[in-house]
Amino acid sequence: MTETLVQALVEMKETDALLIAKQLLEQGVAPLEILGSCSKAMEIVGQRFEKGVYFLPHLMMAGEMLKQISDTIKPFIHEQAVHGRGGRVLIGTVEGDIHDIGKNIVIFLLEANGFEVRDIGINQKPEKFVQAIESFHPQVVGMSGLLTLAFDSMKKTVQAIEEAGLREKVRIVIGGGVVTEKIREYSGADAYAPDAMAGVRWVKEWTGRA
Amino acid sequence: MKERFLELSAEADKKQEERFEVWLKGEGIPFADERAQAAYKERVTLLKDAIQLKHRPARIPVCPSAGFFPMQYAGITMYEAMYDYEALGKAWLAYHLDLEPDAYNGPTTIVPGRVLDILDLKLYQWPGHGVSHDREYQFVEEEYMKAEEYQDLIDDPTAYFLNVYFPRIFGALKPLAGFPLLPPVNEIPMVPPLAMAFGNEDMKKALECLGRAGEEALRWRGALREIGGRIMGKGFPAFSGGFTKAPFDVLGDSLRGTKGIMLDMFRHPDELKEACERLIPSMVKCAVAACRVTGHIMPFMPLHKGADGFMSQDQFRTFYWPSLRKLIIGLVNEGLVPQLFAEGAYNDRLEVISDVPRGKVVWWFDRTDMKRAKDTVGRVACLAGNVPLDLLCAGTPEEVRAYCRELMDVAGRDGGFILSSGAGLQGSKPENVKAMIEFSKRYGAYG
Repeated sequence: MTETLVQALVEMKETDALLIAKQLLEQGVAPLEILGSCSKAMEIVGQRFEKGVYFLPHLMMAGEMLKQISDTIKPFIHEQAVHGRGGRVLIGTVEGDIHDIGKNIVIFLLEANGFEVRDIGINQKPEKFVQAIESFHPQVVGMSGLLTLAFDSMKKTVQAIEEAGLREKVRIVIGGGVVTEKIREYSGADAYAPDAMAGVRWVKEWTGRA
Repeated sequence: MKERFLELSAEADKKQEERFEVWLKGEGIPFADERAQAAYKERVTLLKDAIQLKHRPARIPVCPSAGFFPMQYAGITMYEAMYDYEALGKAWLAYHLDLEPDAYNGPTTIVPGRVLDILDLKLYQWPGHGVSHDREYQFVEEEYMKAEEYQDLIDDPTAYFLNVYFPRIFGALKPLAGFPLLPPVNEIPMVPPLAMAFGNEDMKKALECLGRAGEEALRWRGALREIGGRIMGKGFPAFSGGFTKAPFDVLGDSLRGTKGIMLDMFRHPDELKEACERLIPSMVKCAVAACRVTGHIMPFMPLHKGADGFMSQDQFRTFYWPSLRKLIIGLVNEGLVPQLFAEGAYNDRLEVISDVPRGKVVWWFDRTDMKRAKDTVGRVACLAGNVPLDLLCAGTPEEVRAYCRELMDVAGRDGGFILSSGAGLQGSKPENVKAMIEFSKRYGAYG
């Protein structure tokens, strides 16, 4: 039965997936086991995305289904779920830029992969990144931006992290919009991610989970 | 219902020639002298030859997208550009007359701030209104249309916009929710209910706001016409005139939003397709009307949500392309040349989008592989593109020249090519823009 849940999720059958999850819960299947099936499904969705079979709409849909199922079964969870087993990632959209869709997709994928993510939101000044690194102690910092003005904001943020003496403590990945390898060089980040899964791959590599 | 917008009409060729004639004539443009007029005609001819694919132009026309770059070039803020039309004009003059691209990019996207203020637009944040004076305006993405409202939109797009969408996106136009339905007003008992709607104080205030916004918009247009006259009068034809969008993007950008539209492909596929179809005639008509006013042939069409990665190939063929193709045919049948600006990469779409009538459109690419584009879409359409913004912002003039050389070798062979930037030039180093324009004009001469 949990297999059919995995399949419904992977095949983007929203109505079926929600119904099956509810039935499983009523049949007494452990909530964490249901969540486990969801994770398995998300992994397959992620693989299909990497292979170019699935695209952003599929990730969005998968995220929607996952959210609805978690909301349904959360009240039934008494055991302590293991959070952040993968590592910590701080993420935000840099100063001057108010776009967040790309960032939110990356967050969804990171969480589905077991990472603990702190999202500091959009239009964040370099010092906000620095403060959040000091309080959250992430291994990885992700910076997002859609506009060309983000190039300089990314560069300034990397500099601020450096000046705060935190550069050695974090790896920095940038992504979004018009960001390229050239902009990675320009900004002083460690890597650039051309798409959301590439971002997750960098995070996995740096946290030893590749 | 009659199927429209599927076939190229027998009149399309003739209509296109007539529109090219009008553009070439440049009636009403205050030319500085005969030389300027000759330069104007020469440049229009370069573009015409590149577009029609009938013969090779004398050289590759060089027409980057100015974007917000002229403000930065002239040292004014976005706030000044949006609120001080004189400063706006100076910036546009300086950019065009100093750097001499082959076409004039009117500042039509530098919208007047006061108009937005009066109407209290919710779709964007702009300098002094959510973002600082030196920042560009930015889109605020929300679900301005709810998923359950598709049927209302399909039933009557105009009523949906007036009664539901405008009250949401314009703070000052909330009373339009009470704008009466028009088709029932065709008999004497329906006259009082029509009139009543406009008697209430809130509605009067909303209409008064629209009136004030309209006056300001007219002042802005007057300023733009003067700017346009001064630049075109020196021999630079406008690169586009008019604006329209793919129906899927109309829904996906500012009605349903990215997330909304992506989920709709799974949850509301039929309504989404029907809504796209329903929007086609309006999107044809708005471009035709604008081009009639400007005497131009090319409506600008920024394409957003059909890019690689934004949907699967299947979804592109099902949801994005059919209504866009109909829109293209609708425009071509009016003699217009849609200027299709494919933001992002279109490598997966090249075969599908090659299904357009020959010599009738411009496909302008951003991050698409131009060699593959030349071998596919390039057989039927003029290509434009694609000097990348990261290079223009962070590269050197030498790197820019090297890129342009290779680009022209690949995409410019035998004509059918306009050298342009992959996106608006904002953020570019002036020396890189200069290198791009100067070098490409020289190197792009067909010997």
